[in-house]
Amino acid sequence: MPADPVPDAERVIRPQRGFIAIDFAEIWRYRELFGFLAWRDILVRYKQTYLGVAWVVLQPVMTMLVFTVLFGRFGNFQSKGAPYELITFAALLPWQFFANTLAESSNSLVASARIISRVYFPRLIIPASVVCSGLVEAAISLAILFILMLWHGVVFRPLLLLLPFYFALTFLTTFAAGAWFSALNVKYRDVRYIVPFITRLGMFISPVPFLWMEKMPEKWRLWYCLNPLVGMIDGFRWCVLGPGFEPYWPGFWLGLAVTAVLLATGMLYFRSTEKTFADVI
Amino acid sequence: MTAITVRNLGKQYRLGAQAHDTLRDQLAGLFRRGAKREPQEFWALKDVNCDIEKGDIVGVIGRNGAGKSTLLKILSQITEPTEGEVRIRGRVASLLEVGTGFHPELTGRENVFLNGAILGMTRAEITRKFDEISSFAEMDTFLDTPVKHYSSGMTTRLAFAVAAHLEPEILIIDEVLAVGDAAFQKKCLGKMGEVARAGRTVIFVSHNMAAVTSLCRRGIYLEQGRLKAIGPIEEITATYLRDALPSGGKSGFRRAKVRGSGKVFFTDLTVGSGDLEGAAVCGGGLKIRMAYEATQDPVAAEFVVNIFDGQQLRLLSLDTLTDTSLPQLFPQVGWIEVEIAPDFSFTPGRYTVELVARINGEVGDHVPGALEFEVRDGDFFGNGRKSCDTAALLVKARWKLAAPAPGGREPG
Repeated sequence: MPADPVPDAERVIRPQRGFIAIDFAEIWRYRELFGFLAWRDILVRYKQTYLGVAWVVLQPVMTMLVFTVLFGRFGNFQSKGAPYELITFAALLPWQFFANTLAESSNSLVASARIISRVYFPRLIIPASVVCSGLVEAAISLAILFILMLWHGVVFRPLLLLLPFYFALTFLTTFAAGAWFSALNVKYRDVRYIVPFITRLGMFISPVPFLWMEKMPEKWRLWYCLNPLVGMIDGFRWCVLGPGFEPYWPGFWLGLAVTAVLLATGMLYFRSTEKTFADVI
Repeated sequence: MTAITVRNLGKQYRLGAQAHDTLRDQLAGLFRRGAKREPQEFWALKDVNCDIEKGDIVGVIGRNGAGKSTLLKILSQITEPTEGEVRIRGRVASLLEVGTGFHPELTGRENVFLNGAILGMTRAEITRKFDEISSFAEMDTFLDTPVKHYSSGMTTRLAFAVAAHLEPEILIIDEVLAVGDAAFQKKCLGKMGEVARAGRTVIFVSHNMAAVTSLCRRGIYLEQGRLKAIGPIEEITATYLRDALPSGGKSGFRRAKVRGSGKVFFTDLTVGSGDLEGAAVCGGGLKIRMAYEATQDPVAAEFVVNIFDGQQLRLLSLDTLTDTSLPQLFPQVGWIEVEIAPDFSFTPGRYTVELVARINGEVGDHVPGALEFEVRDGDFFGNGRKSCDTAALLVKARWKLAAPAPGGREPG
């Protein structure tokens, strides 16, 4: 594009074709709106609920108890000597973040239809702000995790310092999936049915309530790790429970690659369909 | 300096295709190549070129579906053009709706911040103007109540208050003045005028001709997606109103065979208002001209014009016999004109004219439904306010404080 003779503030609106990169500078300009949307999502989520934020505690704790009783006691799934509560809770933390925010972010664009058809801003901040608003719940879950560790007398190892890294990966995976599904949902409302399916079945397909590695035949292990959440859940357990829970590294790298692909394609798809949102939604 | 340059702008929509664009259709499409539906395409805008100067206040007018909203959506970057380009110099805020993003669960205060941010204000700006906004909205006690408990009037006031405090270089507004009660509308119009005087560029879409004429200096007239005219607002609204004829330009006089003796009969009929032909505007008066022919010269005829509203209620009957200044003998062929002064008007809507001509009480010609004409909204009271359109008629009446009627009670 030739340089414009008129300085700075000129904006050109014309049909965009082909590859459209993410305009990070523009997203940065809209950071305040991003913050406001995330703030709204957090406020709205617990308004007019009687128990309010208590739900953030109750949900994972109840799930943890049910899994511990079902899988740990009755099912006699192995625990390699670790408290079963922690095995499930360390997995529930990333999983709940993924499942809850994915459900909301994939619906976020459609839910913002009115705003989208009336005001311009980079649409990516809508699913992104939803994923960010999930951070509050994640922080509360993390506090519960630490309390559980103290309760069970689990040592706080330096490995815990890797937790933010694994969380960042979970965050990116969720964001990538959220971008994909929210953009797809604008055009194909089928997404509304697919996402609950993924989050419900996914909890059992991903190794949330159990340890998977020893149960899985050698030749299937790598395939199983195509689900990027497997590697992340393993990472969380490893950080919390120590060296005995070292992840299956080839699987972890594979999951990482899947996340990268998901993220790159998600951004591409989002950017290329973004311009039609207002017409289609 | 030009604020907005529009070059060869076009926007194409596919009709029908989108509504059924489900995953299933796409999958089915993979297997059924041949049976592909032809999506209907249409250009909501085509070949639009215009320049808007900095500080201009531009009214965009046109019938429904003329592409006004599409133009605004492209200018505010909500939707992408299919061809052409727009160059915009300056910060744009678009106000296509008041209260965009209002969330019923959030309080008034929270919504002011959220809505302000959505409309493009910074947090610092909103904080600075917050008191001004809440006093403009005439509310202070309910700011911490969730908006869902507000009356719709309160919500609108609050939403407009936020919008009124936007200070962009270019403001794009769609039909948002049609909200709130009359007093609040007046306040909003006043605020818009203020914005305009502050040297900002305003683009304003409305069907309210009264508001457009009183606010804007220039007009853009769109018709079926094309730019029909651009220029000073008075010219543009006049062109628009002229085109707004049901029959599209010519007189529209319709008649069947002569019903009556045929000793006198009508040959043409036109309706006009001011220098407008074919339509009337509230406040522009009404002129009805009819051409006749008779079998004698001169002819002692009586001409009657009846005007009916959409429900076929006869609203007026104008008779040449009632005007004693008129000669009772008319030339064999000629035109007669009857004029209604601008301080009387029908309210906007469609009306039909019926013509009757008599000689000595005997009907020479009778043309029911001779012409249908439209009365468009206009600034009847000359104060920029939309006039009441639920009554049938508008009259400039005189109001004053009065002395108590004899024997009546003292007020208070």
